[in-house]
Amino acid sequence: MGAFLAALGDVLTSEAAYINALTFAVFLAFGATGEWVAERSGTLNISIEAMFLAAAFAAAVGYSSSQSEVVALLCGMFAGFSVAFVQAEMSHRLAANQFVVGLTLNILVLGLASFLASELDPVTTKSSSISIPLLSEIPLIGAALFGRSWLFYLIYLLVPFVWWLVYRTRWGLEVRAVGENPQSADVSGLDVNKRRRQSIYVVGLTSGMGGTYLVLAAVGQFADSIVGGRGFIALIAVIFGGWTLRGTLAGCILFGAVLSFRLSLPALGYDVSGDLLASLPFVVTIVAMSVFAKRVRPPQALAQPFIRGLK
Amino acid sequence: MTTGFESADIDHGAASSPDMSEQPPRSGGSGRLGPTGLARIISAGEVVGLYALCIVAALLLSALIVQLTGGDSLAVFSALLDGSIRGPGRIGETLGVMGPLLIVALGAIISNRAGLVNIGQEGQLFIGAAFATYVGTRIGGPGPVVILALLVSSAIGGALWAGIAAALKYRRNVPEVLTTLLLVTVAAQLAGYGLKNQWLLLAPPEGRANRQQISQQLDPDSRIPLVTMFGNQFPISVFFALGGAALVAFLLARTVWGFRLRALGHNERTAQRAGVAASRYGAGALLLGGGFAGLAGGIMLAGGDFGNYTLVPGFPAEIGWTGLLVALVGRQRVFATIIVAFIFAGLRTGSGFVAATGVERRITDVVQGLLVLALLIPPALLFLRQRRRAMAARESRT
Repeated sequence: MGAFLAALGDVLTSEAAYINALTFAVFLAFGATGEWVAERSGTLNISIEAMFLAAAFAAAVGYSSSQSEVVALLCGMFAGFSVAFVQAEMSHRLAANQFVVGLTLNILVLGLASFLASELDPVTTKSSSISIPLLSEIPLIGAALFGRSWLFYLIYLLVPFVWWLVYRTRWGLEVRAVGENPQSADVSGLDVNKRRRQSIYVVGLTSGMGGTYLVLAAVGQFADSIVGGRGFIALIAVIFGGWTLRGTLAGCILFGAVLSFRLSLPALGYDVSGDLLASLPFVVTIVAMSVFAKRVRPPQALAQPFIRGLK
Repeated sequence: MTTGFESADIDHGAASSPDMSEQPPRSGGSGRLGPTGLARIISAGEVVGLYALCIVAALLLSALIVQLTGGDSLAVFSALLDGSIRGPGRIGETLGVMGPLLIVALGAIISNRAGLVNIGQEGQLFIGAAFATYVGTRIGGPGPVVILALLVSSAIGGALWAGIAAALKYRRNVPEVLTTLLLVTVAAQLAGYGLKNQWLLLAPPEGRANRQQISQQLDPDSRIPLVTMFGNQFPISVFFALGGAALVAFLLARTVWGFRLRALGHNERTAQRAGVAASRYGAGALLLGGGFAGLAGGIMLAGGDFGNYTLVPGFPAEIGWTGLLVALVGRQRVFATIIVAFIFAGLRTGSGFVAATGVERRITDVVQGLLVLALLIPPALLFLRQRRRAMAARESRT
């Protein structure tokens, strides 16, 4: 325990630790903000993994053929949207089971990305960082928050925008209504499945940004293992956050920190079990859900399909 | 309210439950409206035609992807067939993969029948395999005893892991879909921890590379015996998997237990009123689902088709996820599930042969994914059409 606290102290006072933690956290946050919208509308969207991967691949291809990061971002967002489109049409128009569609898309996109990557072999370079004057000189966290690639700064725009979209627009109110009680929403004249499809498009677009950020700003080179199950972590961050945007972001930062500590602790010379440390956020999430079961409750129609006339 | 109305209402409860099975497309909804005779034959032909169309479209699309990237699509499909069934001894390999897939799928069917959404088979399987490894490499004794002990402990391991989700659902009201998913990652990390510590699962330092995370290999006499039939070699557990499938089909369709499970899945409140304790039957179904997934892990370990009788990180190799998919694509019906399990296993074993054609083997994942999407479309379309008809019929009567 003493060793662990010493390690924690070292990490908390090193600038590199904050940079690494936020690199992961922001990647998760791109996907998780969109995933939060989808879950509020009643979809437990597990194809976020596929969206990240498709976006990362498309962004890498877009960048290697145009040498433009803007084109890469557009390609990434388009790829994320395409996956979202299939998921939305299959699960909320054809009423196929959302988990089957999600699992299948994860397999399909992983296969497609690794197959096409071996054929096209996209070459990318790491996006250069733009330091914001003054702010980036704040000790400890300045470089981590304000000395980044422009793709990183998108999160500062995305989060307030999504918050506004969900809490301050009619569309957002309808999305939340559809996730809580689709039957009532339907009776009041809302097109339940349309709202759900639209909120899946939102995840597609935001995880498209996340995938682009991952390949161009965080890693710098595409590999088919680049996402490697972290889409699920973004999904779990939403659960951890108790289906609030604030909590979701806190979850992203916590999970991002844990993901990066796992890599950096052995490098600092500490013998802390990475596996047990990595499982901590999940265990905490489960415990929190059961302890605060009364206060933290999922959207009531989460993961339940809506077909008019049934129920 | 007419009787036709009531029978339609029973249908509603069925499909609006969180049960993952969409209702099978019974042509025409309630019996009164159902087509008869010739119409029924035409509608059956339509269903078959729709399926054929979708499957052909999926295969053509996969072929197109191969052709566009400069590969030979016929060679790829031929290699897939060689690797899964045509090559000598390949059916045995495919059956070896089918066994665990089928067992996972059976567990998924049981939990889904009770209206539960267990999507954590991958983790339950890993814990089962870890329990099997621990027991299989620790206890001594005659071979059959060790095999039996490791299989039983694998089932217990998987059931315990699912039991966490069951306890949280029925004690604290936490949705099982979330906990089972969360526990997948925790299972992988626990197994990873075990594979770093010699007092748990890690093999002794001699006989492995430094820092390599690998368990001790099972003794030759504590492995599931292989049988050879028509030049195909496969673990004897395949027969048990098929027998298990028949047993599950019988239990679900012909016993009081199966009936109560279905009642619970269709409408929990009605089932409770009729005296089916949701917590007992639901928790039992979750535990069984986990137990089956864990057993699949034990069989994967002791059957030798995965990991060469050792446990390594990443051991489940997505069999848990794929097994869940098998159950759902098989639309929760045991016989269909067996066929789907065989096809998915064939795609997996066939993929090894695809590399020889100069095309990246991951193309088989694409074929599999497109096939599943194609198989989802016809029942969904038919179901929606049936719903529309039922709604129209209801409106014309009121």
